[in-house]
Amino acid sequence: MEGIELSTGDTAWVLMAAALVLLMTPGVAFFYGGMVRAKAVLNMMMMSFLAIGIVTVLWVAFGYSLAFGDGGNGFIGDLSISGLQGLVGQFAVNGGVYPIPALIFAMFQLMFAVLTVALITGAIADRTKFLAWGIFAAVWVTLVYFPVAHWVFDFGNEELGGSGAGWLTTLGVLDFAGGTAVHINAGAAALALVIVIGKRVGFGRVPMKPHSLPFVVLGASLLFFGWFGFNAGSALGAGQVAALAFTNTMVATAAGILGWLLVEKLRDGHATSLGAASGAVAALVAITPACAFVAPWGAIIIGLLAGVICAFAVTLKYRLGYDDSLDVVGVHLVGGIVGCLLIGFFATTEVNELGKDGVLYGGGWGLLGVQALGAFAVMAYSFIITLILAFIIKATIGLRISRDDELSGIDVAAHAESAYELGDSGGGGVFAGVGHHSHGEDK
Amino acid sequence: MKLVTAIIKPFKLEDVKTALEERGVQGMTVSEASGFGRQGGHTEVYRGAEYTVDLVPKVRVEVVVDDADADAVVNTIVSAAKTGKIGDGKVWVVPVESIVRVRTDERGADAI
Repeated sequence: MEGIELSTGDTAWVLMAAALVLLMTPGVAFFYGGMVRAKAVLNMMMMSFLAIGIVTVLWVAFGYSLAFGDGGNGFIGDLSISGLQGLVGQFAVNGGVYPIPALIFAMFQLMFAVLTVALITGAIADRTKFLAWGIFAAVWVTLVYFPVAHWVFDFGNEELGGSGAGWLTTLGVLDFAGGTAVHINAGAAALALVIVIGKRVGFGRVPMKPHSLPFVVLGASLLFFGWFGFNAGSALGAGQVAALAFTNTMVATAAGILGWLLVEKLRDGHATSLGAASGAVAALVAITPACAFVAPWGAIIIGLLAGVICAFAVTLKYRLGYDDSLDVVGVHLVGGIVGCLLIGFFATTEVNELGKDGVLYGGGWGLLGVQALGAFAVMAYSFIITLILAFIIKATIGLRISRDDELSGIDVAAHAESAYELGDSGGGGVFAGVGHHSHGEDK
Repeated sequence: MKLVTAIIKPFKLEDVKTALEERGVQGMTVSEASGFGRQGGHTEVYRGAEYTVDLVPKVRVEVVVDDADADAVVNTIVSAAKTGKIGDGKVWVVPVESIVRVRTDERGADAI
């Protein structure tokens, strides 16, 4: 592309941002891993790491091309840039030309695909066949994530060598960093999957307490940190929009922690560490689509409302009788919808001329309607395709491990490992040394 | 010989151990235990879902003593472990048929 010079500042930031977004997936592994019981923590973390492996390979093979290739339509790309061919040495094109390498744009977008798949794992804790998860992840990301990423993230620009823009972007849906494509998408898939896979043995009867709340807080902290790459990195440059997204990410999350804790204090009597971590994540989810379109005061209200609403939403599963084990629906689907819809009220061109004015800024109800349509379209597509895919896997290789394996712990059954050796007799457990050579002599 | 078994509150272990040592008791076995009695459990809340934790953590102290010392040891444990609040635990005594010190082969009272 002539007349354009690479910006080292922008490139440096997006390189860093991509690495930050990658960190969110191990963050999810810890966030979810701490919430399950000690017998299933490794499987929880392994599902996230398997997602890194599968999604990355598929992204290079054909995923990036299906999402951002020039299919000339709003629904899916093509296979013209499969294998990332021809990207080396190019500038990133997405709506306009960005003075950063096309390859780092492809890597930045990859991290979103990985994270979206990893987010789903929280719903199916303790009971999912590892092979079934791998097959699900590969097919789901191909049939659901790649097209939906095209709908939401592809701004097209054929004249500059880009592709046909996604139909939701053409429609004018505002989703800066993936409230629809990432969070509503993962949340709707989680809901469909738990309906097919069923409840954990003993759900609602046996206590299923988090085995390590410090892990949950660690995971939420990694997510929080990585989210600055997710949101501010989506500016694809180190400028005013990135600064706005960064600011809104911070203030919304702060308000989300307060909102969730307030509900807990008033409803349950105690403010909990799990609540603080959950409130932070709920607010991060909600501010994701909005972070570059609202003023900081709007971000505070969005974060606060997300914290309050999600704190109530996570209790719905007991009344509705589905076992969304770690509340992917209550936090990501509900939080994503809250964020997408509130853009309709709080968006303002005062902070970003590329945005629009919402209800509170005299823009009328049109934007809210478009936001609702965008959220619903992604939710419906993801839910339906996931439901079909889950039924097919269930009917063929099966989705669940055996009841005995589930009760004794999936870690040993699926991975032949256990997370913790807490015995205090040196050899790891009182009886672990029996039958083995002893390395020491008692005095 | 008697086996004195006491279930006590975990934070009272240090007091009980010290009191028994002062009374001349030369050995004991301590293990972690959990269970419930009149104290019942407590409630924990995770994301709005209440769990009743009905097994309360306790410490089990076991001491083998001469018949003549049994009552005094029981009294020592009881007074050291008492807080006066519900959940202080229980102490019971059962007869012991025989006892051997593994290192020396000593039997009976000599092995205590």
